[in-house]
Amino acid sequence: MIFEGTVWKFGDNVDTDVIIPAPYLVTTNPGELGKHCMEGLDPTFSQKVRAGDIIVAGKNFGCGSSREHAPMAIKGSGISCVVAESFARIFFRNAFNMGLAIFEAPDVSEGVQAGDRLSVNQDTGEILDHTTGGGFLANPIPPFMKELLEAGGLMSYVLKQRQG
Amino acid sequence: MPQTITEKILAAHAGRESVAPGELVTAQIDMALANDITAPIAIELFEKSRTPSVFDPEKIALVPDHFVPNKDIRSATQVQIMREFAKKHGIKHFFELGRMGIEHVLLPEQGLVLPGEVVIGADSHTCTYGALGAFATGLGSTDIAAAMITGEVWLKVPESMKLTYQGQRQAWVTGKDLILYTIGDIGVDGAQYKAMEFVGEAIEALSMSDRMTMANMAIEAGAKSGIMAPDQVTLDYVTARTNRPFQSHHSDPDAIYGQERVYDVSGIEPQVAFPHLPENTRPVSEVGTVPIDQAVIGSCTNGRIEDLRLAAQVLKGRAIAKHVRLIVIPATPGVYRQALAEGLLDIFLAAQGIVSPPTCGPCLGGFMGILGPGERAVATTNRNFVGRMGHATSEVYLVNPAVAAASAVLGRIGSPEAL
Repeated sequence: MIFEGTVWKFGDNVDTDVIIPAPYLVTTNPGELGKHCMEGLDPTFSQKVRAGDIIVAGKNFGCGSSREHAPMAIKGSGISCVVAESFARIFFRNAFNMGLAIFEAPDVSEGVQAGDRLSVNQDTGEILDHTTGGGFLANPIPPFMKELLEAGGLMSYVLKQRQG
Repeated sequence: MPQTITEKILAAHAGRESVAPGELVTAQIDMALANDITAPIAIELFEKSRTPSVFDPEKIALVPDHFVPNKDIRSATQVQIMREFAKKHGIKHFFELGRMGIEHVLLPEQGLVLPGEVVIGADSHTCTYGALGAFATGLGSTDIAAAMITGEVWLKVPESMKLTYQGQRQAWVTGKDLILYTIGDIGVDGAQYKAMEFVGEAIEALSMSDRMTMANMAIEAGAKSGIMAPDQVTLDYVTARTNRPFQSHHSDPDAIYGQERVYDVSGIEPQVAFPHLPENTRPVSEVGTVPIDQAVIGSCTNGRIEDLRLAAQVLKGRAIAKHVRLIVIPATPGVYRQALAEGLLDIFLAAQGIVSPPTCGPCLGGFMGILGPGERAVATTNRNFVGRMGHATSEVYLVNPAVAAASAVLGRIGSPEAL
């Protein structure tokens, strides 16, 4: 699977309160949450983003709350995947559990600019910046997380295991 | 093989002799927790799986604390989902308004978390229970849905980080200041994926309340958990609340840590974390002139009776500055009644503050004290992210309850010594 889209760039420590502010946590509808995605940093983000676009950020993306609404809002906004230098652990776990593709790539934040055309190969971890010609490699997805992805998320994995 | 307390608890719950950092284990859980923001997603997933019953109706806690008393129709609907699910599945620990308190103060108070247990919660501050010598970590709603089916959770055994606190605290220095100082030192991802193990004479000298404040904020350093070995203070606390059996664990003297740090607490002043990250800490003496509009005393970090006593000690016989709003939030009905009995609520009201029913409310910008554009608050809460307590241009400064109370009187951020 290859994701390709335009880059939206954010810095370090993007927290779950700016990804989806708490007043909107009264719904579990991804589309509705998506309308307020990243509102804390860019109030017009959801109007500008197009389906398939990619978020690129620095370290500790998704720090803060355990709200699964954060990856839901990102997915609901049309973003296809998030590439960051590192992720906060609960966000990392939530993203895999609910099926938002995320990639850890150590040098990506310095090398990629907002508006660049980026492609990300989920199988090989190869990241290509079509605007600058630059290339990056995502850290491999841990084997168990891959199993979760292949099963279709944690719930399907657990139910399949129980059926033996 | 030498083991840390965290490794011993996880091994015991995974049916293993020992475990090593980085290993994946499946652990039996003693409690799964969710609140009115996170439970509805977990319940929807659980029901969609067509699982007829939960793994154990006594090992699930549902606490509607974030937007309760229901702030609007949609939040009321979320609590309805919890209430109906609790009824349908006979969930023993569903806390209706009147018995409901802020989850991480309520569960220990009710004796629902004990040393050596494994607790998972769809709330990032679940790490609070590490103060009791339990392994406790925050996860998302999907993990709770899965755990309600299986009674298990998959975990990567975290590497432990040993933080030693020596010496004696200065006046007005609390657990809040020790943890803020630590986060200021290591950064908001300084303990990413790790178990922060707090040890030393200065930890042993802390009350359970102060220990919970410290473990509560382990997540603000990116940690998976925070933990303290159970001692007599812990045993006194839990045996006064329950007669359920439990097992205390302690780290072996030669246990292996990925990182170790030693702090001399005698040099630590009350701390203030400036916007917009908990790592932006300064000693209160170096704050400068920062006028405030609001002071909030409460939350899962600092809403216990000890916190209210400290604030009342500062506010007794004083009134807050004219332009300041003071909101005090006892974290549970138990804390509320105790504060009432001790005359603390009267001190807050006499100082012209208000007392709110138990709720997370303003901490996350939910309700009951939202900040307008450009407004500034001191708060005993745990996060000062952009827009955390209201408008994106508002600001939150994290402090201990004594500094919050003193700041309300001064009208600017300051220590009780400045009064």
